[in-house]
Amino acid sequence: MTALPDKTDKKLGLVIDLDTCVGCHGCVTACKGWNTQHYGAPLSDTDPYGADPGGTFLNRVFSYEAQAEGRPAQTIHMPRSCLHCDDAPCVTVCPTGASYKRAEDGIVLVNEDRCIGCGLCAWACPYGARELDREAGIMKKCTLCVDRIYNENLPEEDRVPACVRTCPAGARHFGDLGDPDSDVSKLVAKRGGYDLMPDLGTKPVNKYLPPRPKDTLDTAPLTAVADEPKGFLGWLDKALEKL
Amino acid sequence: MHPAPSVIIFTTLSGLGFGLFFWLGLGVPDVQGGSAFAFFFIAYVLSCAGLLASTFHLGNKKNAIYALSQWRTSWLSREGVAAIVTLFLFALIAVPRIFLGAEMVISGVIGSVLALITVVTTSMIYTQLKTIPRWNQPLTPVLFLLHALGGGALLAGEVKIAGWLLLALTLALFAAWRVGDRRALARGTTGDATGLAHLGAVRMLESGHTARNYVVDEMVYRVGRKHAEKLRWIALALAGALPAAILLLTPPGHITAFVALALHLLGVVIGRWLFFAEAEHVVGLYHGA
Amino acid sequence: MPRHRDKLSCKTNQRNGAFTEMTKPEHLRIETSPPVSDEIRKTTCYMCACRCGINVHMKDGQVAYIEGNRDHPVNNGVLCGKGSAGIMQHYAPSRLRAPLKRVGPRGSGEFEEISWDEALEIAAGWLAPLRQTDPSRMAFFTGRDQSQSFTSWFAQAYGTPNYAAHGGFCSVNMAAAGIYTMGGAFWEFGQPDWDRTKLFMLFGVAEDHDSNPIKIGLGKLKERGVRVIGVNPIRSGYNAIADEWVGITPGTDGLFILALVHELLRAGKVDLGYLSRYTNAGFIVNEEPNSPEKGLFLRGENGKPQVICRATGQLADYDRPDVMPNLAASYHDAGQAHRTVFQLLAERYLSDDYAPDRVAERTGISADRIKSIAAELARVAFEEEIVLDQPWTDWKGQTHDKMIGRPVSFHAMRGISAHSNGFQTCRALHLLQILLGSVEVPGGFRFKPPYPKPPEAHPKPHAGVTPGQPLDGPHLGYPMGPEHLLLDGDGRPKRIDKAFTWENPMSAHGLMHMVISNAHAGDPYKIDTLFMYMANMAWNSSMNSSEVIRMLTDTDDAGDYVIPHIIYSDAYSSEMVAYADLILPDTTYLERHDCISLLDRPICEADAAADAIRWPVVEPDRDVRGFQTVLIQLGAKLGLPGFVTDDGSPKFRDYADYMVNHERRPGVGPLAGWRGTDGEGRGRGEPNPSQIDRYIENGGFWIDHIPDEARFYKPWNKAYQEWAVDRGIFDAEAPYVFNLYVEPMRKFQLAAEGHGDIQPPDHLRARIAETMDPLPIWYPPFEDQSVDPDEYPIHALTQRPMHMYHSWGSQNAWLRQITGKNALYLPTDIWIEHGFKDGDFATVTSAHGSITVPVAHHAALNPQTVWTWNAIGKRKGAWALDKDAPEATEGFLLNHLIHELLPPKGDGLRWANSDPVTGQAAWFDLRVKIEKAEPKPAESQPAHPPIASPVGQGPNVVARKI
Ligand SMILES: Nc1nc2c(c(=O)[nH]1)N[C@H]1C(S)=C(S)[C@@H](COP(=O)(O)OP(=O)(O)OC[C@H]3O[C@@H](n4cnc5c(=O)[nH]c(N)nc54)[C@H](O)[C@@H]3O)O[C@H]1N2
Ligand SMILES: Nc1nc2c(c(=O)[nH]1)N[C@H]1C(S)=C(S)[C@@H](COP(=O)(O)OP(=O)(O)OC[C@H]3O[C@@H](n4cnc5c(=O)[nH]c(N)nc54)[C@H](O)[C@@H]3O)O[C@H]1N2
Ligand code: SF4
Ligand code: SF4
Ligand code: SF4
Ligand code: SF4
Ligand code: SF4
Ligand SMILES: [Mo]
Repeated sequence: MTALPDKTDKKLGLVIDLDTCVGCHGCVTACKGWNTQHYGAPLSDTDPYGADPGGTFLNRVFSYEAQAEGRPAQTIHMPRSCLHCDDAPCVTVCPTGASYKRAEDGIVLVNEDRCIGCGLCAWACPYGARELDREAGIMKKCTLCVDRIYNENLPEEDRVPACVRTCPAGARHFGDLGDPDSDVSKLVAKRGGYDLMPDLGTKPVNKYLPPRPKDTLDTAPLTAVADEPKGFLGWLDKALEKL
Repeated sequence: MHPAPSVIIFTTLSGLGFGLFFWLGLGVPDVQGGSAFAFFFIAYVLSCAGLLASTFHLGNKKNAIYALSQWRTSWLSREGVAAIVTLFLFALIAVPRIFLGAEMVISGVIGSVLALITVVTTSMIYTQLKTIPRWNQPLTPVLFLLHALGGGALLAGEVKIAGWLLLALTLALFAAWRVGDRRALARGTTGDATGLAHLGAVRMLESGHTARNYVVDEMVYRVGRKHAEKLRWIALALAGALPAAILLLTPPGHITAFVALALHLLGVVIGRWLFFAEAEHVVGLYHGA
Repeated sequence: MPRHRDKLSCKTNQRNGAFTEMTKPEHLRIETSPPVSDEIRKTTCYMCACRCGINVHMKDGQVAYIEGNRDHPVNNGVLCGKGSAGIMQHYAPSRLRAPLKRVGPRGSGEFEEISWDEALEIAAGWLAPLRQTDPSRMAFFTGRDQSQSFTSWFAQAYGTPNYAAHGGFCSVNMAAAGIYTMGGAFWEFGQPDWDRTKLFMLFGVAEDHDSNPIKIGLGKLKERGVRVIGVNPIRSGYNAIADEWVGITPGTDGLFILALVHELLRAGKVDLGYLSRYTNAGFIVNEEPNSPEKGLFLRGENGKPQVICRATGQLADYDRPDVMPNLAASYHDAGQAHRTVFQLLAERYLSDDYAPDRVAERTGISADRIKSIAAELARVAFEEEIVLDQPWTDWKGQTHDKMIGRPVSFHAMRGISAHSNGFQTCRALHLLQILLGSVEVPGGFRFKPPYPKPPEAHPKPHAGVTPGQPLDGPHLGYPMGPEHLLLDGDGRPKRIDKAFTWENPMSAHGLMHMVISNAHAGDPYKIDTLFMYMANMAWNSSMNSSEVIRMLTDTDDAGDYVIPHIIYSDAYSSEMVAYADLILPDTTYLERHDCISLLDRPICEADAAADAIRWPVVEPDRDVRGFQTVLIQLGAKLGLPGFVTDDGSPKFRDYADYMVNHERRPGVGPLAGWRGTDGEGRGRGEPNPSQIDRYIENGGFWIDHIPDEARFYKPWNKAYQEWAVDRGIFDAEAPYVFNLYVEPMRKFQLAAEGHGDIQPPDHLRARIAETMDPLPIWYPPFEDQSVDPDEYPIHALTQRPMHMYHSWGSQNAWLRQITGKNALYLPTDIWIEHGFKDGDFATVTSAHGSITVPVAHHAALNPQTVWTWNAIGKRKGAWALDKDAPEATEGFLLNHLIHELLPPKGDGLRWANSDPVTGQAAWFDLRVKIEKAEPKPAESQPAHPPIASPVGQGPNVVARKI
């Protein structure tokens, strides 16, 4: 049933640091690579070498620019994937029960054996996190790498999502956001992590860390050791003495 | 939103079909035998064709049966259940009416209520979406109901009632657009969506992929404002105002009714196209749209 | 794991029957521990030059999934966007299938598949006679070559002087400026001390070769909240996360850096102790006017540069253990005062010409900002000093109980080097680093073995040709004066690319970008066979691609091609393939042996020496061969020394055999790990037959950590020098001091002033005198001087997308969805001024040509700068893409606007669009003007006709799960 669990034991999710993400798309292809080989149908690409290619990705990196009056413009890279919302509208709209949120860890998944590919869940998601795979006709979304994070065939340290494992800049963090003592929760508290579009009431689990303030350098200018070049030589002499 | 033909056909035809069922359930027009058969046949053809059309865009039809399972939470599931129950019940009404000449008053009324419920469930599929503020308003079910009732009445030959209902539809359409425009505007900005508004005016620089993708194709479709404005007036005139005027101001007759119906249908299709094409999904904010 | 309402819903389900049962998430049994793969094979990525370690997951004998190798020193397990998409490169439909012989005209793309025997026969048929008559008529140039120590060895054995890799058009300014100044530059030579630095400044980098290490490093800085200053006309990528963005006007970094130097000197914020001990700041410069020695160092009897000893006040050899030079002293001789390098330097940069207020307008950076940055550099360097409790002993035998660090660090790349003033700008940056005392110290910039290595320790260039014999020495090197130029008796260039001539005396990497145009012009001479490897010269790696295409297809009066034979090795159906006569199809990086060697460009870290291999984790499914193996076979067929045994039979079976058994010097070979029959040898030892197996067992690489006391101060650290000798990095300890003042440059200047026997042609005298300044200078980029900046007011740049490697990415179904077309990004003022809207096209015109291309708005830009992504535009028909692929219809290259020569100046000469010191291609000097294109064209212009695909086209759908 597509009712949401009243509460989940854990709130597993991602914390993405917008002050650190360089927009390299590493997480994009790592995600595509893992999820093509694992959970459910492969993520397909249509017309892959043609004039109008398209394909399914569970994670895409956008770039924005922000400019305040009289300030230099800023560029921000923002990866977006499913936020594993607590109050996930994509789940409740699903007519088949294919979309569901796991009570044990809060991961929102699509049961591909039930999905009819109606697309309604994608309409209901504010974040563009769901993509209908054109080849399989099935709704695809970030699985939070549910088949990695508990995978006993992987060494302990590798039991993290593929995108987190690969991020070269370390801009992606994974953990239990329901536990205030977890590293991710502490990071969110320290850096003012925020929700995307909180007004919509989806209660996203994933958090974004805002860019730190930019272009603030204001060190006072250096003072000269002497007023004229000759004086410089005098200073040099004295300074060398002290060595 | 991408105005997919399947959903336009679905909402248009099934709306008309269940609208007609509504009137038939109430015994309007009061017919039996062959003509009853004809009316029920039309209602079934329309509603079933609509429902069938709605499955065209399913990526994976083989699981369709599960679509009825989530009636407790999902409006789409409810719609499916309501439609099937309604169609089933009307079979129980239609057969005795056509072949036995039975009145079937009580079950007829129940059927009519169910037909309306079906229309409401259809409308709720769209109305419930907070992601599309233009739809997420009380006028959306009203519009669906007026479409169904007005169109149904027209099909049922109740031209005066149809006239009034279509007049109401005209007003409702106008109001829905006004309210919708306000709501769409209140969606916010790219800055709000990204949570970066405190840094200044925010715009999208690169959308991540230059290639097409499902979300953009499906959700970020936007019809040009000028174009939409024109189409709105056309839809308003064709679906509502003109047929209402014809029905209310000219003497009843087959030809006028037919002209009104033809105009109405065309108007509904244009209106439905606009309903989707104009619907601004909040995800568009991430794409600077 | 506890589940809510588990029991209850279970019961409900049983009541409701199977229908809801199955749909209840609580009852779904999803497999959370699926097998990941059958086997992991560890090798090295080659989606770019960074050379990260990869775990290739195999299923049913096929490549299923690629992830980073956590143990690998380069990437610690992470991968970039390209690396994770490597699987799609491996399975790309554009892969060549078999050797090809051209059957249609050049450029048509029409080929016939032939056997390897025939291919080698044809190649040898062209090469063997040339070797016996005139080996210089064969030119062998390799592009993105990661086996240069091997390819150069082949070329040397063949005997042609015409060999180089791509460095000349890439970043030789950076490399050469670094070697001449301090014995190493950025990227492969060294790295910031990411773990300790407290202020990081990045100049002109979009991605760089050290892709993942830079990202990992930036991540560490961000974690520690360290301030990052990005100097770049464009704020994207790394610069997007920089705390401070300095949106400099292109080509003016030298001025900005020297203004920082001005501020630091003025305030006395330089590390005098460091300068005295570790640099030539105290060397006495001959100031006798008109002397043929003017500007050279005063030297003692033994030829050693002289300093004035602080204790005695007397001249002394600079390296005497008891001598501390007095930077403030001067030496008086026959009424002439001779001052120290430091005084000359202070005099120059304290001048008002370098005052922040003077340079602000030109650089586009406010004087206050410059002063503030200088002050911050000084503050962090001197007030946040790092002290490591690590005793060490210097080269003079003095022991120090601590290691002192100035925790400011820098990194720079092509943004400063790909300009015609790039060499001097890179020098200026190194000067700044050294004045702050932040090179090879904790928190600063650190070398990676085999660097540091001073210019004297590098080879000199050679071009001594004897038919039928090997060349008289290595092709490339570091000239120390005019005597090392490669000119014949008449002063004509000996090399086809005119490297090491007066036009670019210190062209340490050669000039690959000049080869085709020089060969076409027959200047300095004609060649017969052009042999290229891994370089897309008919498209994105050439300046003026359309013209290069014409040169490649041009015929002489007899109807023969002006460049008679072209042999090319590629793995894919690139644009260049269509222009060759014989194609030697390479394997993919997952199918061959490769050697990332200490003899070449290894994968070392500041704390360790390391090298790596690739090995065939899958066998090729087609008739392709690793190019290095092909060279081994070709070399043997030609009977080249080193490639054959005494009886003339092949010495090596294949490249793997060479990797293990070749010895460059006794006991030193391509691979440093597990040498010797016992496999215990590190760096030195006889060949070990099971060496490759040991590498494979270890994940494809070998690493050897530097002892703690040897980790910093490497050029002057006794323990490091000893360790390096022990590992075979050099054969004798070679401590040295940094060259604030580069004396060899002064020697070229002296020649230009008329001194010495080897004289430049008159038309070059003034330029050499100006640009070969032994202390860093700034001059405007040449294009600014030869085109009218009012007519062409806008600077046009390219940047590498982090997820694309030059032209290779487009054949990758995943990557091309990320960037399948490019737009020209315009700053706000230009956007508004021309009334551009999304979807518009602009005509962009330079002094050489014009393109019409889509535009987009980007506010975070220097207001005079426009830019686009590099190498996204593709030729129709190439790369097994549809001819209407967006890469070909919308994508475009800026290369059509850039010429390898500057526009005529009316002096009857065409000056090269290159740095006058090194010959580095000045890609980023480009100036343009912009107009809105109305009506907008159907396609980006110029649109070239399609070429035929020798490999057909890719499939319509990819959904590959093993
Ligand atoms: N406008 C502009 N132009 C530029 C630059 C710029 O900044 N702006 N940058 C310049 C610089 S720095 C450089 S280094 C050049 C780079 O230019 P190139 O050296 O030409 O680099 P690629 O385009 O990557 O081309 C390399 C060729 O190697 C082939 N290849 C790939 N893998 C293999 C393999 O495994 N084996 C073999 N044999 N071949 C393979 C590819 O198919 C391709 O044809 O571009 C230069 N061009
Ligand atoms: N992903 C990926 N990685 C690559 C490559 C690739 O193709 N793709 N290519 C490899 C190769 S061959 C090379 S040479 C390296 C090059 O790596 P980079 O040096 O990062 O080369 P570019 O991408 O050309 O970036 C040049 C940067 O310099 C800036 N710039 C231009 N002019 C100026 C200037 O006057 N002053 C300053 N301060 N900045 C300026 C540009 O805005 C741009 O950001 O990358 C290597 N790594
Ligand atoms: S992000 Fe979208 S898909 Fe993911 S849980 Fe929230 S609403 Fe559902
Ligand atoms: S597409 Fe699949 S998961 Fe989404 S609502 Fe429809 S059935 Fe449910
Ligand atoms: S958690 Fe897994 S599925 Fe989700 S974005 Fe990351 S890699 Fe993709
Ligand atoms: S891998 Fe990391 S740095 Fe790269 S785009 Fe993804 S989040 Fe950003
Ligand atoms: S940086 Fe990326 S492409 Fe380059 S070697 Fe590393 S993983 Fe491969
Ligand atoms: Mo390069």
